[in-house]
Amino acid sequence: MRTFRIGGLHPHDNKEFSAHKAITDVALPTQAVVPLAQHIGAPTKPVVAKGDKVLVGQVIAEAGGFMSANVHAPVSGTVAKVDSIVDSYGLPMPAIIIDVEGDEWLPEIDRTDNIISTIKAEPKEIIGKIQAAGIVGLGGACFPTHVKLSPPPGNKAECLIINAVECEPFLTCDHQLMLEHGEEIIIGIDIICKALGIDKAYIGIEGNKPDAIAKFEELVKKAVNHVEVVPLKLRYPQGGEKQLIDAVIRRQVPSGALPIATGAVVQNVATVYAVYQAVQKNRPLVDRVMTVTGPSVSNPGNYRVRFGTSLNDVIAAAGGVPEDTGKIICGGPMMGRAMANTNMPAHKRTSGILLLPESMSTRREPENCMRCGKCVDVCPMGLEPYLLSKMGDMRMWDEMEQHNVMDCIECGCCLYTCPSNRPLLDYIRMGKATVGGILRARAAAAKAAAEAAKAEEKK
Amino acid sequence: MNTIVISLITLGVLGCLLAVILYLVAQKFKVYEDPRIDLVEAVLPGANCGGCGFPGCRGMAEACVKASSLDSLLCPVGGAATMGQIGEILGMAAAAGDPMVAVVRCNGTCGNRPKTTTYDGARSCQIIHNLYGGETGCMYGCLGCGDCVSVCKFDAIHMNPETGLPEVDEEKCVACGACAKTCPKKVIEIRKKGLKDKRVFVSCINKDKGGVAKKACAAACIGCGKCQKACKFEAITVANNVAYIDYEKCKACGMCVAECPTGAIHATEPVMAVVEKINAKKAAEAAAAKAAAETTQA
Repeated sequence: MRTFRIGGLHPHDNKEFSAHKAITDVALPTQAVVPLAQHIGAPTKPVVAKGDKVLVGQVIAEAGGFMSANVHAPVSGTVAKVDSIVDSYGLPMPAIIIDVEGDEWLPEIDRTDNIISTIKAEPKEIIGKIQAAGIVGLGGACFPTHVKLSPPPGNKAECLIINAVECEPFLTCDHQLMLEHGEEIIIGIDIICKALGIDKAYIGIEGNKPDAIAKFEELVKKAVNHVEVVPLKLRYPQGGEKQLIDAVIRRQVPSGALPIATGAVVQNVATVYAVYQAVQKNRPLVDRVMTVTGPSVSNPGNYRVRFGTSLNDVIAAAGGVPEDTGKIICGGPMMGRAMANTNMPAHKRTSGILLLPESMSTRREPENCMRCGKCVDVCPMGLEPYLLSKMGDMRMWDEMEQHNVMDCIECGCCLYTCPSNRPLLDYIRMGKATVGGILRARAAAAKAAAEAAKAEEKK
Repeated sequence: MNTIVISLITLGVLGCLLAVILYLVAQKFKVYEDPRIDLVEAVLPGANCGGCGFPGCRGMAEACVKASSLDSLLCPVGGAATMGQIGEILGMAAAAGDPMVAVVRCNGTCGNRPKTTTYDGARSCQIIHNLYGGETGCMYGCLGCGDCVSVCKFDAIHMNPETGLPEVDEEKCVACGACAKTCPKKVIEIRKKGLKDKRVFVSCINKDKGGVAKKACAAACIGCGKCQKACKFEAITVANNVAYIDYEKCKACGMCVAECPTGAIHATEPVMAVVEKINAKKAAEAAAAKAAAETTQA
């Protein structure tokens, strides 16, 4: 079995708690809180006002640019207000609050389970439909999908790689989705291939999901295009875009370049399912499957959650917060973030809720770095985490930039492996934020200078 | 013997020759530098703190010599005295800068502002700021990890373990502004030291609505505007649910301090003495009014 070539490690995957649990619906909330910013890129502009009646699937906030995604009403009812709410990190965030009345959908949405396999839409139409449906990468980064399917000039897509790796420990939602909606996913792959004008696709699945591998090896025979299942060796962070490209087609993304430079377009398996629903059934992105799990959660499983449902309700559906909980994490244990506030609505980014007991979640006291180099060995981007973290501590931003801190994917391998419990990633993340700010300021200054020079020339 | 003499002569001649070449080269490629730069640099404190906005004292000296007037230049460490000396060297009038000091505009002591979450990552305010709103319900206030302490080159700011807030040592603070620049929450402000150390400032920057702010911190500014009404000098403005005192207009009369319902306005000791008098007077008036009301009732 293949895997990526630089770094990585294998944390215990802990998937047994929620694996093979059938996807169940969480009850609709009485009030849905829909955040306006659910993606990377320009924020959306609300197009509804207080008192407006909305149906499920109706656009309530329009994309603020090409690099943005529409937000649809996940419930039907009356808009109560457009207000600022406190997000899971204690920071303000704009949201539309809807009082739920019944569950009425827009009439053009096909809600039946019929599988429609003929793809009538033309490539342009497909991308238009995906854009209108507000689909973003559901693996966690929330990058608008239509942007990824429109390669920048000079780049040509050669193959599609489906990210069905789910290398993050504890999470099982993608696995279960593959088991339950395999046929739809295969059609979704064909749709994306048609949109990109290519006929080659790979599905990367980690070896800890043998049933999904077997199922898809059967299913790919039905696909229009040449689809190949690539079983992968267990290794974190294989689900990272750059790592997956390396593992599947043995090409490395150059530093600072987009993954399309290798000719590969990577899409998460849940995104592919959403694409199928948007193109074949006119169903915009209004819900997602998320895993609620933890060693002492009474009813861990995979839940289909309508956006806007409070995470408190989702946790309650899984049996509530266990007594020994020390941290509630949004996402998985490696890349997820601990939440300061669980009264936060589910949205496109929430791939899971992990309730970790105190014994598993408290950090140990950091000790001195002993230069063992383990962090360098495991870094999948070939960086030197011990050095970068020290530079972050000393606020040496220029040096951090020279040592390619912006290449860090924040996978957390360095922090996980450090025998001295050093908070390596904390400092690197700070450096990334600061260096990113410096780079943006520099780009803006260069742009302004170029414009000024142009204006001068015209004179 | 002969060898020693020959080598001595050779080396001697070579030395003289090279010295002449070096001298000629030095004359040819001489870079003229204003001698006043050295004089000005000698006057500057030499802490290289960067508080003036230039890279170190040498940079400041160069800027002073180049500048046509000293109005916009100030060494916060040396203050008016140093600027006066520089003015003498350069034959220019130095602007009389007011002495400034750093103030921490947060009341969120452990008692006033209970913790809602626990943070166990690397101890740095910048890191917490990038991650989330902070350990308490107030997302505007001090994060308490002491980034300001670590950047202070004058040992003038320290964390008070009892309150969890930084405290400025006014004797040592030179108002270079390094702490204010570092603080990710922009809690620290450089304000005028004031006549005889008389200073009044709103020690809170919470922009939440009154109720929310009060819930997060007992001593938060709730933006009620009582201080604005009490101020006779129009020094106080209330914007975004938080009051701000303009130190240029403030006369440190203490009226606003006596009026503040949450105790968000802080004053230095000389002002507090006046405030106590105002409060005593108010109490006496209230007691008199109460007594008068009782007599009329009787």
